[in-house]
Amino acid sequence: MGEIFTTLALVALGGALGSAARVLVAQFVTQWLGDAFPWGTLVVNVSGALMIGAMVPALTDIQSLTDGRAAPPGAALLIVGLVGSYTTVSSFSLQTLALIEEGAWRAVIGNVLGSVLLCLAAVFLAAAAVSALMGAG
Amino acid sequence: MARRETSVGKARRTGQGATLMPVALGGALGACTRYLLGLTMIWLWPQGTLAAGLPAGTFAANVIGSFVIGFVAASMIRDGRLGATPARRQFLIAGFCGGFTTFSIFSLELLHLIETGAFVMAGAYLGASLACWLLAVALGAWLGRAIASRF
Repeated sequence: MGEIFTTLALVALGGALGSAARVLVAQFVTQWLGDAFPWGTLVVNVSGALMIGAMVPALTDIQSLTDGRAAPPGAALLIVGLVGSYTTVSSFSLQTLALIEEGAWRAVIGNVLGSVLLCLAAVFLAAAAVSALMGAG
Repeated sequence: MARRETSVGKARRTGQGATLMPVALGGALGACTRYLLGLTMIWLWPQGTLAAGLPAGTFAANVIGSFVIGFVAASMIRDGRLGATPARRQFLIAGFCGGFTTFSIFSLELLHLIETGAFVMAGAYLGASLACWLLAVALGAWLGRAIASRF
């Protein structure tokens, strides 16, 4: 039973750092590229997908993240907490809804397809690169 | 107890450090809630795991978080309304909802379904996620506007 409190503390620490990092990165990107398109959230989600792809082969097996076993400490801190909270679906949903209400359909489609495809590609490429490095080393 | 935002408050808001504490607290709470929701869902419904091809915990967190952000964003836009202050909005929106929902674990699960050849489940997970996220945020915003219009 003590194990779950240790895990929760690690998840909380990662969640605090990841959320703060998300706001800083999104603010920086928005200042740079403007807010006509939700570039900030897109950059956050794609960079987070790269990070999670790189971390999973090194830290855990994917299924242990979601099958109810206590996550290993490194995975609790870095994957469930830090990168899990760094990336966000809620802002993606809110910004996509705003684009829909504005009738900016090309931006809606660009945001949805861009987010899904770029994030999938990022996880795949980062995981492949790290697996190759680990295999070589 | 609604405080008017002063020019100093506005300056602090655009500055970096001032808003990070509510965001960090909300993010810690959101991440823990996501983790506990995942454990609870598996306890209630042992088949709802990635191993069984159904990442129900992440799906639930992302749908609920989309609903909450829509509700909070629509109902707490103006300071003073429903107790809204910039710090509370930051705590709930960028902190809690941002930390509770996750695009990276969603992407990881989706890729895992594709790589293990579960193409139907991958398509269903992607389609149901996008549809339910957008429905949830629209429903939350609609409810938030309806409630806010009464204050």
